[in-house]
Amino acid sequence: MRIVTRHTTAVVTALLLTVAVIPRVQERPRAQERPARIISVVPALTEALFALGAGDEVVGVGTFDKHPPEVATRTRVGGLLDPDMERIFALRPDLVIFYGSQQDPLAQVTRAGVDTFTYSHGGIDDTLSVIRQLGARIGRATEATRLASAIDTQLSDLRARLAGRDRPRVLLVFGRQPGSLGNIYASGGVGFLHDMLEAAGGRNVFEHVSRASIQLSSEAILTAAPEVIVELTYDDRMTEDTQAVEIAVWDRLSSVPAVRDNRVHLLLGNQFVQPGPRMADATEAIARALHPHAF
Amino acid sequence: MREATATLPALRPVSAGDLRRRIWLVQVGFGALAVAACIGAPLVGPTTISLRQVFDTTIPFSQNVDAQIFFIARLPRAFAGALVGGSLAAAGVVLQALLRNPLATPFTLGVSAGASLGAMLVITLGVPLTLLGSAAVPVASFAGALGALAIVYFLATMRRQGLSTLVLLLAGVTLNSLFSAVILFVQYLADPAQTLQSVRWVMGNLDVGSYRPLLWALGPIGLAFVAFARLPRALNLLTLGADGAAVRGIDVLRTQRIAFLSASLATGAAVAVGGPIGFIGIIVPHLVRLLVGADHRLVLPASIGLGAAFLVVCDVAARTVLSPMELPVGVITAILGGPFFLWLLVRTR
Repeated sequence: MRIVTRHTTAVVTALLLTVAVIPRVQERPRAQERPARIISVVPALTEALFALGAGDEVVGVGTFDKHPPEVATRTRVGGLLDPDMERIFALRPDLVIFYGSQQDPLAQVTRAGVDTFTYSHGGIDDTLSVIRQLGARIGRATEATRLASAIDTQLSDLRARLAGRDRPRVLLVFGRQPGSLGNIYASGGVGFLHDMLEAAGGRNVFEHVSRASIQLSSEAILTAAPEVIVELTYDDRMTEDTQAVEIAVWDRLSSVPAVRDNRVHLLLGNQFVQPGPRMADATEAIARALHPHAF
Repeated sequence: MREATATLPALRPVSAGDLRRRIWLVQVGFGALAVAACIGAPLVGPTTISLRQVFDTTIPFSQNVDAQIFFIARLPRAFAGALVGGSLAAAGVVLQALLRNPLATPFTLGVSAGASLGAMLVITLGVPLTLLGSAAVPVASFAGALGALAIVYFLATMRRQGLSTLVLLLAGVTLNSLFSAVILFVQYLADPAQTLQSVRWVMGNLDVGSYRPLLWALGPIGLAFVAFARLPRALNLLTLGADGAAVRGIDVLRTQRIAFLSASLATGAAVAVGGPIGFIGIIVPHLVRLLVGADHRLVLPASIGLGAAFLVVCDVAARTVLSPMELPVGVITAILGGPFFLWLLVRTR
């Protein structure tokens, strides 16, 4: 009887202790001024972290992160659709950067007491303010302000250089079934691609469609009759031959001025679809395609 | 299976002369419907074009926007819709009779999943852009369809007891799931842009942009249609059961083989052109049975005509409703077809 009582007391004590301790464990100290272990599944912001000098603090990156090359040495923790929560927790992060739509992972990480930072696509201004907010969050506000201003200045210089020039009507394509004119996705009148095109001295032929992404029929392209077609791709396996084949695919729409005048440009690289620190460079590359004589 | 068979309407005896007249009427009537859809569809679209300019030969084609809209953006789509719609509807009829199952569709036997896997692999691996002088995606997709067809056929005939429709059905359904799993895995490994493209491909798109893929598909589809032309009487007897058909002098195994191979060939080519566009292969045959009865000499030609016309009209909606945005045609056939089919199901019960 006495033994039983003693056991009961021990069990109850253990339980009480557990209950008393669990909340303490969960209440980990809030992230310091400068988080020491950062995970980002958002390629644009991973790139921003490195550009802000926080590369050493980045311990985990997303599946699709390719830039800067240092990301290759970091642990991959999944992406937009498949964040690997176990790996994320195992890296003991004190800041995790997710897409705003990743509600479940966000909730899990928050429940574990880890700080989060969320990201959603927007225009150029949104991207610059995201960079500033991220800088403030990781204790690098000065660097972030400097980076955002540098991008802003580079874009302003570009606009100044192109001021007074004719703005060609441009179709900005960022997705297409390989080797055909099927399932073409292009930029509508909102979003960073549209903003970049405007800054690069082009006029978006679909600026009246207030969506970031629209799927087009060939009739819509024939009717819109763009003067230039800029196609963005980040397939890094493309050889010069396949690029030539992909450009030649457009020849079918020979009444489109861009096709007639050989003004179909294929621009390669993930900087075009990743609104991050290289955004101004990407915009300048588009500008060079649209206004070759301005440079 | 037997219970399901009961919902296929029964044949009613008619005199030979009467039947010949009805077959003629059905062929001409539904044929005219398909032709009318193909002629009407290119005249409709988000852009107003002048027919006089379309056919104005004094303007070079490379500068004639109206002619390009008509001949590149609209006419090939109408032909593609007719070809794909007619093929899927016919394949649906043949497979429903072969499997004696009103729920069979052209996609039941794994052929479309094989076709999808072929297309996914090219979209995500993205290495060769052209195969045999044609865009790689349709070619790979047709190859995938043939691969699936070969596997299912091999399994169904392996036990040397003729062609087991039960094994055919089970092998097809299993292969469908297996291929779907592989497709999901391939999509999982792909980067987001490729995943978007492959997901979009599955929704179906008839914007072929040229006549080459159509000419290319005409080969296998033509072959399948020649086989279809010889099938209707045998299919009528097959719906009574293999034994019943054999008693009435039908070479059951031969008929089953031809039915399976031709339906699969037509499905594979149709999916290669337009992607796996759903519902045509199931609602069109059933609608036609309501209209003309159960005799396959009437059902098959009528389904080809109605399937063609239905898909052409759905595709007009796909390119017009949200213009300049394109709606996936598979979404339209499902949105129109799904509720309609349910209504049909409830009504006929």
